Amino acid sequence: MKGLKRQIDKMKPQFEKGGKFEKLHSVFDGFYTFLFTPNETSHSGVHIHDSNDSKRTMIMVVLALMPCCLFGMWNIGYQHYLAIGSMDQGFLSMFIYGLFAVLPQILTAYIVGLGIEFIVAQIRGHEIQEGFLVSGILIPMICPVDTPWWMLAIAVAFAVIFAKEVFGGTGYNFLNVALVTRAFLFFSYPSKMSGDGVFVQLGAGQPVDAFTGATPLGQLASGSADTVITNIVGSPLTSSDIFFGLYPGSWAETSVFCILIGMAILLISGMANWRIILSGLVGGFIMAFVAHHWASPLYPVSYLQPLEQLGLGGFMFAITFMATDPVTACRTKTGMYIYGALIGIIAILIRIYNTGYPEGAMLAVLLMNCFAPLIDYCVVNANVRRRMRRVTVKNS
Amino acid sequence: MNLKKTFLPLFNPLSKDNPVIVQVLGICSALAVTAKMEPALVMTISVTAVLALANVIISLMRNTIPSSIRIIVQLVVVAALVVIVDQVLKAYTYDVSKALSVFIGLIITNCIIMGRLEAFALNNRPWPAFLDGIGNGLGYGIILIIVSFFRELLGSGTLFGCQVFPQSWYDAGYMNNGLMILPPMALIVVACIIWAHRAINKDLQEK
Repeated sequence: MKGLKRQIDKMKPQFEKGGKFEKLHSVFDGFYTFLFTPNETSHSGVHIHDSNDSKRTMIMVVLALMPCCLFGMWNIGYQHYLAIGSMDQGFLSMFIYGLFAVLPQILTAYIVGLGIEFIVAQIRGHEIQEGFLVSGILIPMICPVDTPWWMLAIAVAFAVIFAKEVFGGTGYNFLNVALVTRAFLFFSYPSKMSGDGVFVQLGAGQPVDAFTGATPLGQLASGSADTVITNIVGSPLTSSDIFFGLYPGSWAETSVFCILIGMAILLISGMANWRIILSGLVGGFIMAFVAHHWASPLYPVSYLQPLEQLGLGGFMFAITFMATDPVTACRTKTGMYIYGALIGIIAILIRIYNTGYPEGAMLAVLLMNCFAPLIDYCVVNANVRRRMRRVTVKNS
Repeated sequence: MNLKKTFLPLFNPLSKDNPVIVQVLGICSALAVTAKMEPALVMTISVTAVLALANVIISLMRNTIPSSIRIIVQLVVVAALVVIVDQVLKAYTYDVSKALSVFIGLIITNCIIMGRLEAFALNNRPWPAFLDGIGNGLGYGIILIIVSFFRELLGSGTLFGCQVFPQSWYDAGYMNNGLMILPPMALIVVACIIWAHRAINKDLQEK
């Protein structure tokens, strides 16, 4: 490491002002601070000193995503071998199958997204921001495993340019970039983003007779009041299957267990705000409870038990990793409760009562992203009014 | 020099003073009729015709219209012209007329028309007013055609209804982008045009 640093330090003057590669300054700087801790912090004065810079924040979130990511890879292999009826495969070969299924997607997302960030940073003369480190892994995780790489590339380019760079880059985006990517894919290529054929990768294998590729929520949406949700070969899903995520879906969102591990990492390290997660879960639960109480055969998803409702699909994943994105969420404490609760309520509302969309978490978070600044504005102004009243009462 | 000045009302709205991307008028119909190129072209021609004729008629009457009822007079003139255009389209291009449905009738509410009548025709002689109408109609049309070109090409793989992308692309896994057909994408394409236009014409950039 010492040798590497000496080597890089020797190269450094060429990238500084007047050097040969002055134009590539921000590229060099990006790699430099990626490898070594930057020594450009303030050491005195009234600044708040914190070792937590945005690079470390991003790495913590990526770490929190790892359990979901690794489980998701295994689950892809598991669903694949279950579908083609060769369950004698070992743990490792399932994992490796999944790994190679998603590796092209992850690489595509990173290459396209980081490429655009690098180019924009060069044009604007900015430093390269780390925001895409998280988005790049999140994007493949919330897409079906069979999403073609070129669709992913277009969607990532669209989201990075129109949801992020035109607003000023990392920290200025008002919509969650990963969810914009998914929304773009969802509305552009609906046949590749929902339905029965996209969530289980069959590859060259021949599916067994009982095979159905529908996700649990998909089965319910097209079912009736007494539909029993099953896994892909027709045996009923148990509560523990739902908790551990042994069913098809966008590949990292299925396991509540892994999401809870990630949630714990985020909460302990202080990256996510517990208010948003708590109010989101409560809001979702209340909505699911209300819908279950007045369940109607018109909307078969409403027959799900409230807890199952929360455990299935992308709800938990969205509440944990999407709603808590500090850039797009509310800043005020009261605002966070409102924001989280509305995400929970709207997600379940869309899922149950809009039969066109089997899952509503994506749309709920994006919708509330738009309203977050308004909520903050109202909360701050209500506080100002309250305090003004106190001042005037005392004076008079 | 003089010639240039005479034709200023015709050429100015094409780029520097474009009704859609600079004055930001008529956005609503730019979103609604641009999913395919054919309706966009018909819409362009209809709006240009209505705008040019309305401009001339109002300009001829400009000294006799009492200021207090001028909006009603303008509306009557525009409405009469729109009804004529609607009938002509129904008679000769019934399919397109059906595809455009209410949007031909809604030309009356197009801000570009009322805007030009108020801002130009009421204060100018018929010939400049005619050129202004043609210019603004074409300026509006250019944007409509560009937007509908991208939307139809990427959204349906066709141009004027003819297949552009060969079947072999679709067999290889290419798919039409469904979002391009939806109205939000028209807004984003218009935004891209504004972006490029402002980048070229730096004097138009807002501070």
